[in-house]
Amino acid sequence: MKNKTWTKIAVVALSCMMVFAMTACGGGSSDGGSEGGENVLHLGGVGPLTGPAALYGTAVKNGAQLAVDEINAANPDGLQLAWDMQDDEHDAEKSVNAYNKLVDDGMQVLVGTVTTAPCTAVAAEAFEDRMFALTPSASGPAVTEGNDNVFQLCFSDPNQGVASADYIKENYADKTVGVIYNNADNYSSGIYDKFKSEYEAGGKKLAAVEAFSDDANADFTAQLNSMKDAGVDLIFLPIYYTPASNIMTQASKMGYDVTYFGVDGMDGILDLEGFDTSLAEGVLLLTPFTPYSDDENVQNFVKAYEDAYGETPIQFAADAYDCVYAVYDAFQKTGLDASASYDEICEAMIGVFTGGDFKASGLTAEEMQWDASGEVNKTPKVCVIEDGKYVEQ
Amino acid sequence: MTFLNSLISGLSLGSVYAIIALGYTMVYGISKMLNFAHGDVIMVGGYVSFCLTMYVGMNGWVALLIAMVVCTLLGIIIERLAYRPLRGTGSLAVLITAIGVSYFLQNAALLIWGANPRVFTSLFNGAETIHAANGQLTITPESLFTIIANIVIMIVLTLFVSKTKAGKAMRAVSEDNGAAQLMGINVNQSISMTFAIGSGLAAVAGVLMCSAYPVLMPTTGAMPGIKAFTAAVFGGIGSIPGAMIGGLILGIIEIFSRAYISTELSDAIVFACLIIVLLVKPTGLLGKKVSEKV
Repeated sequence: MKNKTWTKIAVVALSCMMVFAMTACGGGSSDGGSEGGENVLHLGGVGPLTGPAALYGTAVKNGAQLAVDEINAANPDGLQLAWDMQDDEHDAEKSVNAYNKLVDDGMQVLVGTVTTAPCTAVAAEAFEDRMFALTPSASGPAVTEGNDNVFQLCFSDPNQGVASADYIKENYADKTVGVIYNNADNYSSGIYDKFKSEYEAGGKKLAAVEAFSDDANADFTAQLNSMKDAGVDLIFLPIYYTPASNIMTQASKMGYDVTYFGVDGMDGILDLEGFDTSLAEGVLLLTPFTPYSDDENVQNFVKAYEDAYGETPIQFAADAYDCVYAVYDAFQKTGLDASASYDEICEAMIGVFTGGDFKASGLTAEEMQWDASGEVNKTPKVCVIEDGKYVEQ
Repeated sequence: MTFLNSLISGLSLGSVYAIIALGYTMVYGISKMLNFAHGDVIMVGGYVSFCLTMYVGMNGWVALLIAMVVCTLLGIIIERLAYRPLRGTGSLAVLITAIGVSYFLQNAALLIWGANPRVFTSLFNGAETIHAANGQLTITPESLFTIIANIVIMIVLTLFVSKTKAGKAMRAVSEDNGAAQLMGINVNQSISMTFAIGSGLAAVAGVLMCSAYPVLMPTTGAMPGIKAFTAAVFGGIGSIPGAMIGGLILGIIEIFSRAYISTELSDAIVFACLIIVLLVKPTGLLGKKVSEKV
């Protein structure tokens, strides 16, 4: 008898805690309700707001919110935007569910999704539904391939691999180059493949290539020893900043002094709490956006972001901010009314994006243009970390 | 030199697995349940220690002690609230509850500390790395201390279980729950103590692991938890020396396959070894053969 009461109490207590945890995680994303009949364009977003990739989704949510607020405040009588972002935990199935929920709620344009693997799944759905999509950050080629209505605002993975290889060949011709990549992640292995073929095209050889699988806490001494034994003095890291920080810490403990070259996933390494940023001095990385730029628009954005959310924006926030403006500008060009259905909007937006004379300017680039492939014409910038700041090369 | 370097990394990684595996193996031994939330207790230990050193400015060693106390209490609370009410209701219910507790801890950590990864400040910050043989052999203070800590913990625990009254009670409960109760042993107390010890050790493992591999996230405990569980099965679940041997072997196989065979296949090799061991000896390396009486 006593046992049974305890069981009940435990079940009730646990379910209360679970409900509490869930509502707390999903809170704060319901500010996109319909304002029925008014001149409101409904933008929807999907991305990881919880889970290990939450940093990216949260940045997109906040960056887009900032742009929406600015546009709405600047022109209260004109076209207004509504923004609703749903969580997908960086999971393809949850992402499709979140997308379907947004479609049911009256979304007219998708700004998303944030990460590549879920975006590939959602892009296929959006293609079927004829929902226009502009992703701020899903950089894999599979996102746009065969989907005429899906566009990327970030530069694509192959583009990053090629740009990195060319830059290293040109500026670090005498270095011995090695690669450590994440073979369980298609973002990382996609960039690595392009990097390898581009780098080795001119007859050069990578001295060492090592991999790891999705485990940020891994022991990297074996990989680092292999680099050291091969005489590598520049390691290309097409990975996210969390494992990269781990690699730098372990290499420094081994007394292994080497130059690192990262891609856009390296962005965020300076904001990693507790990380000894002096280890990141001299790290080269590709990024379209640096919060330390002197550009006035960038500075205003950084200030507004810091005031609103208490942290320095990463490039995902800037990408999302640019996405909202690009969608807003393109929508104005279609001449449509906000009461148009999403498939009408989709065809008109494709027309504008691929028309040839539509250019979007923003924080991450000037005069971005798209073609029918869905890729943007942005060129990656190489930055070096000096005194804890990005300095453009 | 690669051999020696890899051996040291392997022993150090294996020691972390061994300390975590102890928690799995002791709890399994005494209550025949798989406590899948154990890996996440490691993460809680890491975060508690991180917060105390970063925000309160405490000494790393004091923070470690407090993290042990917090995790010990957490272990007792989890057992009291989530597992004890289900004792005797069949293993499936407890297993699912354990998975639930694991997700609960991960999400609670996400709520409290957010999703942004933190970088853990090593306990041994400032201590010199030992370089030998013209700098080719490197021994970090983290790996040295982890290996020593593992040996000390193993000796103390073995003595505790075989010599003290409480330890003997624990063994009696794991041997035969009912008979132990008839002999006047407080079964609930013994099980609580097992959870307490396992969780306290999880905090030690968490701090040592994060000192060596410094990234701290709400999911930090998940993968080491699974590997340590593998180590416990490898060595024979329920056996304390088995957990130690299983952990060390697993760590060494993992590092050696990375150094000599392939970094891409290291996990596959580790688990292939587990399958082979279980095919040859289904109870694990040091597991006891239990004949079911009808």
